[in-house]
Amino acid sequence: MDNVIRRRTFGARIARFSLYAVLIVAALFYLLPLAVMLITSVKPMAEITPGTLLSLPQDPTLAPWVKAWGEACTGMRCEGVGVYFFNSIAIVVPAVLISTTIGALNGYALTKWRFKGSELLFALMLFGCFIPFQVVLLPMAQTLGWLGLSSSRAGLILVHVIFGIAFTTLFFRNFYVAVPTELISAAKLDGAGFFRIFWRILLPVSAPIIVVSVIWQFTQIWNDFLFGVAFSAHDTQPVTVALNNLVNTSTGAREYNVDMAAAMIAALPTLVVYVLAGKYFVRGLTAGSVKG
Amino acid sequence: MSLSSPAVQPAAGPGARRSSAGLLQAWLPKLVLAPSIAISLFFVYGFMLWTFILSLTSSRMLPSYEFVGFAQYARLMVNDRWWVASTNLVVFGGLFVAICLALGLVLAILLDQRIRQEGALRTLYLYPMALSFIVTGVVWKWLLNPGLGIQAMVRSWGFESFRFDWIIDPDMAVYTLVIAAVWQASGFVMALFLAGLRGIDDSILKAAQLDGASLPRIYWRVVIPCLRPVVFSAVMILSHIAIKSFDLVVALTNGGPGYASDLPATFMYAHAFTRAQIGLGSASAMLMLGGVLAILIPYLYSELRSRRHG
Repeated sequence: MDNVIRRRTFGARIARFSLYAVLIVAALFYLLPLAVMLITSVKPMAEITPGTLLSLPQDPTLAPWVKAWGEACTGMRCEGVGVYFFNSIAIVVPAVLISTTIGALNGYALTKWRFKGSELLFALMLFGCFIPFQVVLLPMAQTLGWLGLSSSRAGLILVHVIFGIAFTTLFFRNFYVAVPTELISAAKLDGAGFFRIFWRILLPVSAPIIVVSVIWQFTQIWNDFLFGVAFSAHDTQPVTVALNNLVNTSTGAREYNVDMAAAMIAALPTLVVYVLAGKYFVRGLTAGSVKG
Repeated sequence: MSLSSPAVQPAAGPGARRSSAGLLQAWLPKLVLAPSIAISLFFVYGFMLWTFILSLTSSRMLPSYEFVGFAQYARLMVNDRWWVASTNLVVFGGLFVAICLALGLVLAILLDQRIRQEGALRTLYLYPMALSFIVTGVVWKWLLNPGLGIQAMVRSWGFESFRFDWIIDPDMAVYTLVIAAVWQASGFVMALFLAGLRGIDDSILKAAQLDGASLPRIYWRVVIPCLRPVVFSAVMILSHIAIKSFDLVVALTNGGPGYASDLPATFMYAHAFTRAQIGLGSASAMLMLGGVLAILIPYLYSELRSRRHG
C-alpha cells in the first residue's frame, strides 16, 4: 500500500501529526462515557456536584458498588442487582449452549448433506434474523402462558434459543460451506454416519466458529432488554431490566454513583468478553454482512 | 445426499442392510433440521400471521377475536403519538445512519494510514458495541443531565451561558438518541469499512498513483467506489438497528419529555403491554415489519443480482 502519507517533508509531518490528533480525539470521544461511568461509580455522593463530571475522586470508595450489588432498590425491592446478575447467568448459559449446538448441527446438515430444497429451508430460517421482535411479542406472551412458562427463566431461555438459532445456523452454515467436501465424501463411502462424520471431521475444525457463535449469543442475550422486560417477573428478570428499574426507581434521593456502579456491573461481562476475544466478536458482527 | 450418486451406491454395502440403516442415514439430516424448521414456521411465520390477525381485531386488555377489519390501522393513522414516533424514526434513523457512515468511513481511512497502535485504537472505537443499549442509555442520561453532566461541566469552566439541555427539550430530545446510538455503533461501521479497505486490490491504487492522481482524489474516485458493497451492508444493518431501537429510548429518555422522543418500538410496547391496546399495538408492530421489509427486500434483491452477475 503506497497510498499512505509517507514523505517526511514539513507538510507531511504536519499532516501526520494532525492525523494522530484526530484519531486520539476520536478515541477520547469513545472513551469518555466509560471513564465518567467508572469515575462516578467510586465517588462518594458528596463529591458529585455540578461541574465535577471529570474530576477524579478525592476520596475513592467502593461503597456505591457494594450498594449497587446488594442493597439498591430496583422497583419495590431493595436487594441490589446481584440477584439479577445471577438470573442473567442462569438464562444466558443454557440459552447459548443450546442455540450453538442446534446451529452447528443445522449448519452441518445444510452444507454437507444438501438435499432438494435445503437452500430454500435455509433462506426460510434466515428470515428470523431480520424480523423486528415486536412482531412476535404478543403471540409469544400467550404461548408462554399456555406452556406454563410465563415469567419464568425457562421461558426466557426458550425465547432466546428460538430467536437465536437463525443466527447460529447462519454462522455455522457459512463456516462449513468452506470446509472441503472430499474428506466427507470419502467418509461417507466408508459408511460413516451423520453424527460420526460431524463428531470426527467437522467438530475438530469448528473451534473458531464455535467461539464466534458463543460470543455473539452471549452478548446478544446478556444485553437483551426487550424479551427480558416483556417475559419476566420481578424475581426472574435479567440484569438489564433490573438496572433500568434501579435507575428509574424514584424512592429516596438519586444516587448517581450507585447508578453508575450498577451500570458497570451490568456491562462488565460483555466488556470482559470483548477485551479477551475482540477478534471473534468482530467476526460475529460482520458475519453475513461482509462475507454475505 | 448429492454426493452419493447412483454409480457409487453399491459400494455403500449390501442392499439388504441399506434398507433400514441406510434409510435412517438418508433421513437423519432432515430429522436434525426438522425441529428448527418447525420452530421457524411456528414462532416466526406463524407469529407474524398471528400478530397480523390481532391487528385486525378490537383486542384491548386481552386478545379477542372480534374482527374490525383495518380499523386499528385507521386509528393509527390519526394517532398523533404514532406520527410523532414515526417522524422521530425517520429523523433518528436518517441521522444515525448518515453520521455512523461518515464517521466510520473517516476513521477507517485515517486508521488505514499505517498507524502505530492501530489495534489499540480499533479496540477503543469498537468497545461500545459490546455494551447493552440500557447501559449506554444510563451513561448518556447522566452525561446529558443539564444539572450535573456536560452542561454543568462546561459552565464550571467559565462558559456560564453554555446550554446543552437537549434531553429535557421536547424539540431536541430525539437528537440525544442519535448521539448515544452513534457513539455505540459507529465503531462497528469503522470496522466494516476497515475490512473493506484492506480487501481492495493494491494494484488499482498503484495504477491510479502512477497516473499522478492526488491522495484525496484516489480516495474519492477509486477507493470509496470500491467500498460500495460495504456501504450497502452497513446501511442495512444500521437501519435495522434504528427500527428495532427500543432499549436505548427506554433507558435514555423513556420516550419523553411527554412522548416527544417515542419511536415505533416504544409505541408498540407501551400500547400492547401497558396501555391495554393490543389491537393497536399489533397494527403498529405490523407496520414496523413492513418498514424492515421495505429495506430488506431491495437489499436482498440487489445482493442476489450482483452475485449472479459476478
